[in-house]
Amino acid sequence: MSATAFKLVEAHTEPSPLLQLNGVTLDYAHSGQRILATHEVDFSVYRGDRFVLLGPSGCGKSTLLRAVGGFHRPSAGNILLNGSQVRQPGPDRVAVFQEFDQLPPWKTAKENVMFPLLASKRAGKHEAAELAQHWLNKVGVDKFANSYPHMLSGGMKQRVAIARALAMQPEILLMDEPFAALDALTRRNMQELLQTLWEEVGFTMLFITHSIEEALVVGNRILLLSPHPGRVRAELNSHQFGMHSMGSSEFQAATQRIHGLLFGDAHEAAVSARRARS
Amino acid sequence: MSFPSSPPIRTEYECVPPVVQQTDLPANHAGLGRLLHRLHWRWLNKLAILGLLALGWELLARWQNNDLLLPTFSATIVALALDLANGELAQRIGVSLLMLSQGYLLGTVGAFLLTSLAIGTRIGRDLLDTLTAMFNPLPAIALLPIALLWFGLGKASLLFVLVHAVLWPLALNTYAGFRGVPETLRMAGRQYGLAGLRYVWQILVPAALPAIIAGLKVAWAFSWRTLIAAELVFGTTSGKGGLGWYIFQNRNELYTDKVFAGLLAVIIFGLLVEHLLFGVLERLTIRRWGMQR
Repeated sequence: MSATAFKLVEAHTEPSPLLQLNGVTLDYAHSGQRILATHEVDFSVYRGDRFVLLGPSGCGKSTLLRAVGGFHRPSAGNILLNGSQVRQPGPDRVAVFQEFDQLPPWKTAKENVMFPLLASKRAGKHEAAELAQHWLNKVGVDKFANSYPHMLSGGMKQRVAIARALAMQPEILLMDEPFAALDALTRRNMQELLQTLWEEVGFTMLFITHSIEEALVVGNRILLLSPHPGRVRAELNSHQFGMHSMGSSEFQAATQRIHGLLFGDAHEAAVSARRARS
Repeated sequence: MSFPSSPPIRTEYECVPPVVQQTDLPANHAGLGRLLHRLHWRWLNKLAILGLLALGWELLARWQNNDLLLPTFSATIVALALDLANGELAQRIGVSLLMLSQGYLLGTVGAFLLTSLAIGTRIGRDLLDTLTAMFNPLPAIALLPIALLWFGLGKASLLFVLVHAVLWPLALNTYAGFRGVPETLRMAGRQYGLAGLRYVWQILVPAALPAIIAGLKVAWAFSWRTLIAAELVFGTTSGKGGLGWYIFQNRNELYTDKVFAGLLAVIIFGLLVEHLLFGVLERLTIRRWGMQR
């Protein structure tokens, strides 16, 4: 380590992380066997971060998100939110899932946004209704406030789910591949919406995806996980990329780099195996 | 090499699509009209089926020509109208209904408590599994002799068999419905701090409503047939018999037309409950929410 690098750290008094995972090992039971989902994963999320967990299926990223949500207890290590241990689900960590059935079908879009506010007793009925209208406006579904979820398109449903989560003003927004079930055009729109919202509202989020492009566009910092079980492969910056940078040469290079980090070994092994056969 | 007929190369063009207001289209009104039209047709279809059945009955009875075995449809309707007019049948139906509603309510409450226990605790789940496996296949009528021994000839015995008829199918359906609630919906509910009965009421019950309504329907049919059969077996309590007793008594006196009138009343009541009560309930809830087509 050079002296200048040391000085840099000295000069900035770093803020303390909002969310901290220390050596988190997660496993789950499957037909009588314990299966390891992640192995000793460490990372820290700071206020205002758009922190992305990226990895192929089987890297335990969804299980990690569930653990942060308080639905899954680590078998080793700990998860700290604002310095205190996460033990159970709570309204300070609201999730948006990929599945459309996260919205109760018996509530209109507006009632859906009001629901957590009322259930957690954050707001009275009148205030909740106003907040719901405000957030539905923000995500652009105010026209459909009185529609039931089955009358909405997939993109609209995800907009309502995002409005519902943001209305709660959680410490951290947990997003579990929220756009993965949408068509490519709608996904693009939603990524743009998320970026706009982040610039306007300034929330912190933990975002899960298996798309390298989405990770680069949506996130400012990316944690790469390798699969079976999930282990940290790298942590990269992506704050320099946005919707506008798609297709630029730096963006292509970053994509290539991540691809190499995730699949490089396997790819090289396959190539050398092919060479050996011929 | 090219295809025998290769597609022509056409000029490209761009244009601004015209502004079309959704409200300009008469689709909304026509949609509603079409819906009413279709509803009408469904009702007409059902009435036509009922009419054909009645006609078949009438013809068969006339050809048979034996009032003691099979009275005609028209004779049955006359008997039904007469006994409705003089109040006897109405009173019988009233007695049966009162009994049914009490037993149904008790059974529903029991099923709700049992399933709430089953989702809350592991022992509750095992209890529900075992009890429903044991008692659901057991016909309520088969318990009647025991009920008579324990509770005597009276209301308590009828309530006992009614609760038995309602409790198990409803608990089974409700529990299956609870277990089928999507994982994301459960997690959403728990994130908002819902737990215990609030969680059951605000998440599980509405989410499982299609299964619960199906269970309520099955339970209603079971309880109605159990009640009529139980009344047939041990008839009246303190001189006030229900619809089953009406059927049984008239058979003893060989008023076959009245027997058929009693059966018809059972059927008509069933149709009314199915179409009015449950039909309306479904339209107001699960169909409106798109949970059922």
